[in-house]
This record gives sequence, structure tokens and C-alpha cells, in this order.
Amino acid sequence: MFDQITGSELIRAFALLGAGLCMGFGAIGPGIGEGFAAGKACEGISRSPEHANLLTRTMLVGQAVSESTGIYSLVVALLLIFVV
Amino acid sequence: MDTVALSAYLGAGLCMGLGAIGAGIGEGLTGGDAARSMDRQPAVSSRLMRNMLIGQAVAESASIFALVVSMLLIFGDYSSPTSPGPAALIGAGLCMGLGALGSGLGGGMAAAEAMMGVGRNPGAERRVTSVMLIGQAVAQTPSIFSFVVSLLLIFGGAETANPIKESALLMSGVAMGFGAIGSGAGSGISAGRASDGTSKRPAAYSKLISTMLVGQAVAQTPAVFALMVSLLLIFVPDTVSVTLSSLAAVIGCGISVGVGGIGPGIGAGFAAAEAASAVAKNPLKETLFVRTMLTGQAVAQSTAIYALVIALVLLRLI
Repeated sequence: MFDQITGSELIRAFALLGAGLCMGFGAIGPGIGEGFAAGKACEGISRSPEHANLLTRTMLVGQAVSESTGIYSLVVALLLIFVV
Repeated sequence: MDTVALSAYLGAGLCMGLGAIGAGIGEGLTGGDAARSMDRQPAVSSRLMRNMLIGQAVAESASIFALVVSMLLIFGDYSSPTSPGPAALIGAGLCMGLGALGSGLGGGMAAAEAMMGVGRNPGAERRVTSVMLIGQAVAQTPSIFSFVVSLLLIFGGAETANPIKESALLMSGVAMGFGAIGSGAGSGISAGRASDGTSKRPAAYSKLISTMLVGQAVAQTPAVFALMVSLLLIFVPDTVSVTLSSLAAVIGCGISVGVGGIGPGIGAGFAAAEAASAVAKNPLKETLFVRTMLTGQAVAQSTAIYALVIALVLLRLI
């Protein structure tokens, strides 16, 4: 089936597999975490609608930090696909 | 050795085993909350019992799909030349088994909150039940996607000689199965909170339904991405080149879009749930809550989009 597998071909294959694993598992945490943040922001705004802007800003800052691990996964996956 | 029949039986076992988890837990939660509610309001026991059975029946549908797919796998004809190969059959089983997890759990969680709601405010029973049913119906969509992909895999035609094409069929099932988990559970969580909100403020019923549906629609995106990639994998041509890196790209593609969709689906569901409770507390501010929910959900969806992009890039490298 795979008659002549060279070393570089093997490395390439594992890099692609790693890219999929990396982005797949790496997306779980930020997705759940950012949803929590959005939910809590809605809860806060329902208590004090006059602070909507402040709460939305805080939500976005918190989500941006949470997003960073998702972006790390994306960067690592892209490096594995296009650089390695 | 008849590897085709062997893999069909393996697929059938995985399908029903995994497919029973979500509905089992979800319906247990419903039953538990119905009992708690009856303890508080013994006078409405019979209405609670009726609602519990309706809610559980909808949550059950995901595992009924799993039962149907297992039966198709067990009683298929594997001696004919048009029979699908082992990879497609195991893929079909995994697809429906994993795909029933989120919808079963989500449907049960929605019904559980509705039980508490009916107990709290028996006068709002009809409205609570209808919000629950609408929400549960949306939460079942990912399991219907999985059912469709499983059927495509089972009835998709004869096994090919190309191992990459066969792995693509297996991974298309894996992608759709995992991709359905988050959207099913997330939509169920938001349906539950909307039912709870309806019992607290029955007058805000139509606003709660629209907030819930908008939130659930966003929570469904990861399942739609998974369906799309899974169909692309099913239609990979038979002539694809057989290299180790194509095999790795196929596996990576399915895992990326499937597993990557779990978090964003659940997260978007959480956001929609809190938005629904906020609308119940203060229906006049509905637009503000929906706006905040959508902003937050959009950020939470970004990781699902990254996963889709990586999957599509990997698919192009095959």
C-alpha cells in the first residue's frame, strides 16, 4: 500500500495529522470558555442594563484572552501544514 | 475471514453503545427533576408525568436513530459486490453513535428544566411545554445530520480499492459524529433555560422563543460545518493518490472539524441560555440581550471557524 515511504514523507504525514489533532482539540476550551463569558455578560447586563457597554467591553477582553489558546492552536496547525 | 461483516457488527456495537449515553443521562435528569417537582407540588403530579414522558420521548429520538443504524448494520447483505467496505460501515456506526450523544443529552436537559418550570408555575404549563418542544426539536438537528451521513455511508456503494478513499469514508463519519456533540448539547442547554424563563414570565413567551431560536441557530453552526466537511470527505474521488501524507491529511481533517466543533457548540449554547434568562427577567431589554449574546457567540464561534479552515486546507492537500 505505502511501498516506498521515505523519512521526509513520514515527517510530512505526521505533521498533517498533528495539525488536525492540534486544531480539533485546541478549539474545545476556548469555545466553551468564551460561551461562558458571553452568558455571564448577558446575566450581568440583565441585572444592570445601564452598564451594558462596560460589561460588553469586559466580556470582549476576557474572550480575547480566552481566544489566545485557540489562536495558538491555529498558528501551530498552520506551521505544521505549511512550514514543517 | 469476512472483514466486511465483522466491521459491520463492530460498527453496530459502537453505534448503539455510544448512542445510548446521551439519551440515558438526559432522560435520567428529566425523570429526576420531574420527581423533585412532584415533591414540591404533589397536586400537579399527573401533569408533570405527562410532560415528562413527552420530553423524554423527544430526547429518545436520537438514540432511536442509533438503534435503526445498528439494525441496518447487523442485518445488511455483505455478500453482494455492491456492499460497502469495512471503513464505511465502522464510520456509519461511529457517526450515529457519537452524533446521538449531544442531542440526547441536550433534549433531556431541556426537558429537565421544563419539569422544574411546570412545577413552579403549573398555570404556564402549555407555554412551557411548547417552548421545550421547539427547543428540543432544534437540539435534535445534529443527530438528524448524523443519521443522514450514516445512511449515505451504509448505502453509498461498493468498496473501492483505494485506501485513501476508504479512510475518507471512515473519517467522514467521525467528523459528523464529533461535530454533532457540541451543537446538540448547546441547543439543549439554551432550550432548558428558555423553558425555565417561560415558567417565570409566561407573558414574555414569544420573545423567549425568538431569543432561544436565534441563539440555537448560532450554536448549530459547528454541526453544519461538520456536515459540510463530512460530505466533502464522502465525495473524495476514487482516483486520489495513495500516499501516507494523504492518509494523515484525511484523518487530521475529520478530527479537526469534528472535535473542534464541540467547544463552540456548547459555549454558544451557554450564551443563549443566559440570554434567555435575561429576557425572562427583563423582556423590554430583549434587543440589548440578543446583541450581547450574538457578539459573544460570534467570538466563541471563531475557534470552530479556525477548525473548519484547517480541515479545508488539509482536504486540499490530499
